[in-house]
Amino acid sequence: MLNTLIKPVAPNMYRYDEFDAQFVTERVNQFAGQVARRLSGELTEDQFKPLRLMNGLYLQLHAYMLRIAVPYGTLSSKQMRKLAHIARTYDKNFGHFTTRTNLQFNWIKLVDVPKILRELADVEMHCIQTSGNCVRNVTADQFAGATDEEIEDPRPLAEIIRQWSSLHPEFVFLARKFKIAVGATEKDRAALQWHDMAVQIVKNAQGRVGYKVMAGGGMGRTPYVAHVMSEFVEREDILAYLEAVLRVYNQDSRRDNIHKQRIKILINTIGPEEMRRRVAREFEELKRMGTLQLPQDELDRITAYFAPPKFETGLPDTIPDAGPDFANWAATNVHKHKAPGYAIATITLKTPGQVPGDATSEQMDVIADLMDQFSVGEVRVTHEQNLVLPHVRKQDLPAIYAKLKELDFAAPNAGLITDIIACPGLDYCDLANARSIPIAQSIAKKFENLDRQHEIGELKIKISGCINACGHHHAGHIGILGVDKKGVEFYQLILGGSGAEDASIGEIMGPGFGEHEIADAVERVVNVYLKTRKPGERFLDTYRRLGMAPFKDAAYEKVAA
Amino acid sequence: MLTANRLRDGDVLYRKGSGWVLMLSDGEVYREQAAADAALAAATAELARNEFVAPYLFEVREVGGKIIPVKEREIIRAAGPTVHPHTGKQAGQFHA
Repeated sequence: MLNTLIKPVAPNMYRYDEFDAQFVTERVNQFAGQVARRLSGELTEDQFKPLRLMNGLYLQLHAYMLRIAVPYGTLSSKQMRKLAHIARTYDKNFGHFTTRTNLQFNWIKLVDVPKILRELADVEMHCIQTSGNCVRNVTADQFAGATDEEIEDPRPLAEIIRQWSSLHPEFVFLARKFKIAVGATEKDRAALQWHDMAVQIVKNAQGRVGYKVMAGGGMGRTPYVAHVMSEFVEREDILAYLEAVLRVYNQDSRRDNIHKQRIKILINTIGPEEMRRRVAREFEELKRMGTLQLPQDELDRITAYFAPPKFETGLPDTIPDAGPDFANWAATNVHKHKAPGYAIATITLKTPGQVPGDATSEQMDVIADLMDQFSVGEVRVTHEQNLVLPHVRKQDLPAIYAKLKELDFAAPNAGLITDIIACPGLDYCDLANARSIPIAQSIAKKFENLDRQHEIGELKIKISGCINACGHHHAGHIGILGVDKKGVEFYQLILGGSGAEDASIGEIMGPGFGEHEIADAVERVVNVYLKTRKPGERFLDTYRRLGMAPFKDAAYEKVAA
Repeated sequence: MLTANRLRDGDVLYRKGSGWVLMLSDGEVYREQAAADAALAAATAELARNEFVAPYLFEVREVGGKIIPVKEREIIRAAGPTVHPHTGKQAGQFHA
């Protein structure tokens, strides 16, 4: 650790009230009883499986996997230390941050789960609704409350949605899982349009703050970008509106075919116009009943938990000169903060060769120290499997960078080609067809030269080990999908996707490449971009201008690249 | 071969005789389909003991005198994650 005398800092984030604490404790006790009944044979596996899934517990290839909710990606240092402790005590000393901003432990024993859940409850964490056909962990922009681009901090609304959707009696047994994200900026860092439902905080023509609601986005077997359900929902109506969307989905979605159960299928079957009509009808009914309003005082009460920290004034507002390595890191991993003298620092868990999203207990402990010492005790988990220190003084950036170097988490690559999303893939996952992580590692090693990365610029590679798309391959500028052909792994290239405000669905190039061919194929595709780009064009822009053909010819070596 | 996961910790098991072992190399290879089906039927009947879950058969082949699963999935289950060689059975780590 940095300094054993570092005092934990309590950041401004939601804290459990008596009801929350009792609710989580009761749920832990309930599941502990269910585990005991399973071990004793009172429950069969078929009876137990839906119960464990409701508590984030999967059986994977090597052991049980426990998925812990990190609501809207916000963690306190106390929680981070607890995660480090659990990794050390009950797992194999590391955890994995996921694209849902959760944390997964891959080596959990069923007999230990009740103890782990009690440890998590001690720090106001749980695994409820991290799996199963229910509303999953709500995600948000990782720069929330720190960026000057936002209309307001999206986390209070995300917390309200979390409370509303936790064990909502109508929505505990949906046709399929349901993912919600919240953002408050034009720049979309939370992949809003890829969610079952998303809320963007907006201002209308009169300057009033409200909510744009989108629905029907999703990845998986049938990718869709979300449709706008309403351009503007009044503040007090937001829960009623979201409930109306979920109610239509719950009533009208197909439950007879697992491939057609998501809301994206419903909306794209009946059409967005018809969906809006059905939602409007439900919404009017909910409004008429008046039982689901969001009172301003309740919004204010929740918002108060997320009050901005007291920013110091008079701080130097320049990033210090601390050598070329630090300057490279600052160029990619440091972003503008709303307060003078402060910055937002991204810690990419992606040093070339690392497992994207993995952190050891020791690394988590040191990050917790960094959070306390430099970022008001807070960190954010991003859907790109990175961490963000949201409120750091610019003058402290060199010290943070030095510590991250010791941790091997100082890669200056946020948003670059080696900042790759990868799902756990066949190395762990029972559903996977192919490994993802080794492909991410081989591509990152191929492009690890920093000058080359900077020359290439923004390029998002996203890798999934199966069609379920946990690695967001449809939304990658370059997406990679692992497939199984008679027990052998192959990898399809998908180009032109985006998870940002310019969301688009990537296009499949053609037949897959072998495990040892895919990184070279990616390199040939990137070389086409470097040869053909116009000034200022990102890879995605060049692809959109030229289309698939030149990239495909190069990837399959029909032309020299 | 026949495999399952142990209920209490999820560890990978391989059938040998009427019991289970932790290493693929110690497991039993059924050279006849009838023997494999009989082993699966016996294991399925034992599910009520609540010691293991999800038994199923998988294919192996013999390479240089070693038994190797045909599918990558089973190679990884037998050894551990390819990206963390210090974990899993490949590192001599078994749940106690």
